[in-house]
Amino acid sequence: MTTTMAQALNAALRDAMTDDESVVVFGEDVGTLGGVFRITDGLARDLGEDRCFDTPLAESGIVGFALGMAMNGFRPVVEIQFDAFAYPAFEQLVSHVSRMRNRTRGAVGVPMVIRVPYAGGIGGVEHHSDSSEAYYVHTPGLKVATPATVPDAYSLLREAIADPDPVVFLEPKKLYWSKAELDLPVETAPFGTAEIRRAGTDATIVAYGPSVPVALEAAQAATESGQDLEVVDLRTLVPFDDGTVTASVRRTGRCVVVQEAAGFSGVGAEIAARVQERCFHSLDAPVLRVTGFDIPYPPPIVERYHLPGVDRILDAVGRLQWDDDPDRRWLAGVSA
Amino acid sequence: MTVQAQRHTAATPDPATPAETGPDPAARLLPAPTPVRFLDDAGRPTAEQERAGYQVPPVDLLIEGYRRMISGRRFDAQATALTKQGRLAVYPSSHGQEACQVGGVLALRDTDWMFPTYRESMALVARGIDPVQALTLLRGDWHCGYDPTTTRTAPQCTPLATHSLHAAGLAYAARRRGQDTVALAFVGDGGTSEGDFHEALNFAAVFRAPVVFLIQNNRYAISVPLAKQTAAPSLAHKGVGYGIRSEQVDGNDLVAVLAVLRHAVESARADGKPFLVEAHTYRIEAHTNADDATRYRDAAEVAAWEARDPIPRLETYLTDSGALADEDIGAARQEAETFANRLRERMNEDPEVDPDELFAHVYAEPTPQLREQRAWLREELAARGDER
Repeated sequence: MTTTMAQALNAALRDAMTDDESVVVFGEDVGTLGGVFRITDGLARDLGEDRCFDTPLAESGIVGFALGMAMNGFRPVVEIQFDAFAYPAFEQLVSHVSRMRNRTRGAVGVPMVIRVPYAGGIGGVEHHSDSSEAYYVHTPGLKVATPATVPDAYSLLREAIADPDPVVFLEPKKLYWSKAELDLPVETAPFGTAEIRRAGTDATIVAYGPSVPVALEAAQAATESGQDLEVVDLRTLVPFDDGTVTASVRRTGRCVVVQEAAGFSGVGAEIAARVQERCFHSLDAPVLRVTGFDIPYPPPIVERYHLPGVDRILDAVGRLQWDDDPDRRWLAGVSA
Repeated sequence: MTVQAQRHTAATPDPATPAETGPDPAARLLPAPTPVRFLDDAGRPTAEQERAGYQVPPVDLLIEGYRRMISGRRFDAQATALTKQGRLAVYPSSHGQEACQVGGVLALRDTDWMFPTYRESMALVARGIDPVQALTLLRGDWHCGYDPTTTRTAPQCTPLATHSLHAAGLAYAARRRGQDTVALAFVGDGGTSEGDFHEALNFAAVFRAPVVFLIQNNRYAISVPLAKQTAAPSLAHKGVGYGIRSEQVDGNDLVAVLAVLRHAVESARADGKPFLVEAHTYRIEAHTNADDATRYRDAAEVAAWEARDPIPRLETYLTDSGALADEDIGAARQEAETFANRLRERMNEDPEVDPDELFAHVYAEPTPQLREQRAWLREELAARGDER
């Protein structure tokens, strides 16, 4: 049947709660309202108001309280309403949730999920469109998942809830209404496994979350000029699947990494570094990044200039030294 | 109230009882106007009105508290000495706060949980945790040396007040699961300025979590005095705004600390609601061995608080009432000395370290990247002949 990503996420929560009574869902407006994106729609009504409930409006409180519950037998799945609203909870995530297992020498694990609608492209006003994944992946002890497809939304969320460690689950807002034909439940590849969404021979496009459909669109467009691009969907940023990425780049010899977040010190920078460390002798061109600019997320009226689109990806592919010419952008120097 | 608002309220699991509707709904939450005291500064019993209706704890418990305070102070001195000898990286002393450290522990059952900060090493020992394990953090050996699940004691928390939320969440989970567990969170006067302290009070009250917040107001947050920390009439008053019953007590009077805390803990256990207690005490030593307290307070102030030392006060009270004889005092001191000597010997042994352990507990299973890095470290150590 036709299912949206939002419906798949809702089904994953519902099924996890049905299978395991220790799973509880809470956050701001997730109870009666069903969440501002309706991801928790009907859970309080159908599974009980003690299983899915509203909290006071305090994100650090939500995450810290969930940690205490996780220490005493629960598997909390908390919703942070928007990406930028997670920052008050940052200390709880970085200083406690991520470290509890380590600081207690393995005695106390924290099985919890922090769901965060993230990234832009939906015309959100200030503080509603951040791509904050770099903060989380830079924090040892957290796992970070971000689905790009409807089946992955279901399967990765089920796996996140079952995981013995804390998972930051980043949901691309603009894909909430994307659709697929499928029957739930569905089980896709596990955490730490990237998927090749389109096989190709000429260059590898590495993407995740909201950038995957854009990369696929670019690959389709590239066929018009006779180029055959491979698109890798990372699915989980931590754990990271070095094997699939490096094997792909070794086959194609060229790599472009795509992310919506600002480029400087982003996930794309890490991937580019890992690829050149591991694939140097297979590379025919430097690894290029296509990212958002190093600016605060722009107002909706101009966000189209910021977001990496098909054209910007194809431009980068065009600069992959197909004729052994150096990339003019870097020859020009930064002062240009 | 609109229909929408009613539905919203109904969606809260086991919601807090609505605020009482008497002429002053805050009145039942308010702390006593002055700290509850059972003993005056010299250890003589106070008048009835200073006790604010609380009951004297059983004398056996007071004698046990006396013994643990003697041991606790000796432990604290030993830890300070070990720091000077380089055996501990740092030590935040709780000298002068023995009644709070021991009282907090003795108010709990073994099945209750304690959420300590870095200044609660004495409370850990009073709870029966192996002192070497209790000092693991400050020795720089590992972040937490004891098993929180078997000791019902969370790791010592260094970020201020963040653990009050964990205590509230754990206590709420306990009530949901039908356990009769209470959580006690230690907080300092400085910690009450942190946002997480306030979020914890609010969550605990809204979700009815049987948690007791024990504020040890020792007058200083490192160098910053209470007057620069808050303009509240007392720190205990901070509970009232959240609908939490609150009390203030003389934190250098173990009889009063135990009387109030036992009431707070058993009330939380009985009705599943939080309680806040402010204990007025004083940090006799500097913040840590690395701090110089003479830069921000004068000797006369310290001397005035030394005159209210919790140990002689209780000793006088128990001796005067015939509950404690000279040989009991001698035995308690001997027990403390033996305890400290044994600790010194054990702390002079170097702990075993395993470089592989750096990667062992980050996740339940190491990621491929961590396995790779573990192999790199092994190679690095092997290359320079360090096989440990």
